[in-house]
Amino acid sequence: MDRNHLLRQVAYMKNSLFDQGYLDREQFTQLEELQDDANPNFVEEIVTLYYNDSARLIQNMEQTLVNRPIDFVRLEEILHQFKGSSSSIGAKKVNDACTQLREYCSAENTEGCSRTLQLVKQEHAVLRTRLETYFQMVREAG
Amino acid sequence: MRGGEDKAVNKDGRSKIRALVVDDSMVNRTIHHKLLENLGIENQVVGNGKEAVDAHSSGNYFDLILMDMDMPVMNGIEATRRLRAMGVRSLIAGVTTRSLEQEKQEFMEAGLDDYQEKPLTAAKLVSIIHKINQSSSTPR
Repeated sequence: MDRNHLLRQVAYMKNSLFDQGYLDREQFTQLEELQDDANPNFVEEIVTLYYNDSARLIQNMEQTLVNRPIDFVRLEEILHQFKGSSSSIGAKKVNDACTQLREYCSAENTEGCSRTLQLVKQEHAVLRTRLETYFQMVREAG
Repeated sequence: MRGGEDKAVNKDGRSKIRALVVDDSMVNRTIHHKLLENLGIENQVVGNGKEAVDAHSSGNYFDLILMDMDMPVMNGIEATRRLRAMGVRSLIAGVTTRSLEQEKQEFMEAGLDDYQEKPLTAAKLVSIIHKINQSSSTPR
């Protein structure tokens, strides 16, 4: 497959991520603009960092919902940190799910928190898969 | 956004300004570090307010401090108060996802010069840097 074709595929995949609402176009584009000769894989490195860090935060949120009594203040603190990192990489659907979770957390609604945390995990996992495929294509396109 | 006209001179007329990034998120520290670096700004990163205070206790000076609000050990509000009490006159910009007016007010009253909502962008950084130039002729 020639390079131009691969580059078109990369562009198509990226636009799909934007159009389908997985990524915030402005934020992700800004990350790409930070790439230079010294850091040609900056975006992939940041995304990898995000997934390593956010996996831990999700685990911590799950633990707060298992403990009794539930510490909703602690849950909100972890969620705040998770949402901050998610918005920094432009993880739009993940962020939207976090907003829902925060509302249930404020209301101290256990069932709502459990349900929306599952949604957060789902969106987090879907984005990971899409980005892994995207970065593989970027590497192939050189 | 690459250097050039957006590079600022500091109060002493040096062509490079120095910044301190204070954020407990490694993702945000890395992004903010790169944003500043690409603007030609030397910068260090620390993970909480106490480390920011300690960085000044060892005699370092920074033209700009990007201060997150919610951090463990010492949050941004307390760190800002401590730094001002120590006589630190750097431009301190609060950078946070908190959007309630009351929360912003409390952070500003701790001694901030500017406040930006996350995520931080190159444009927001440039607007902060312009304030460094403006404040260089205004006594605190």
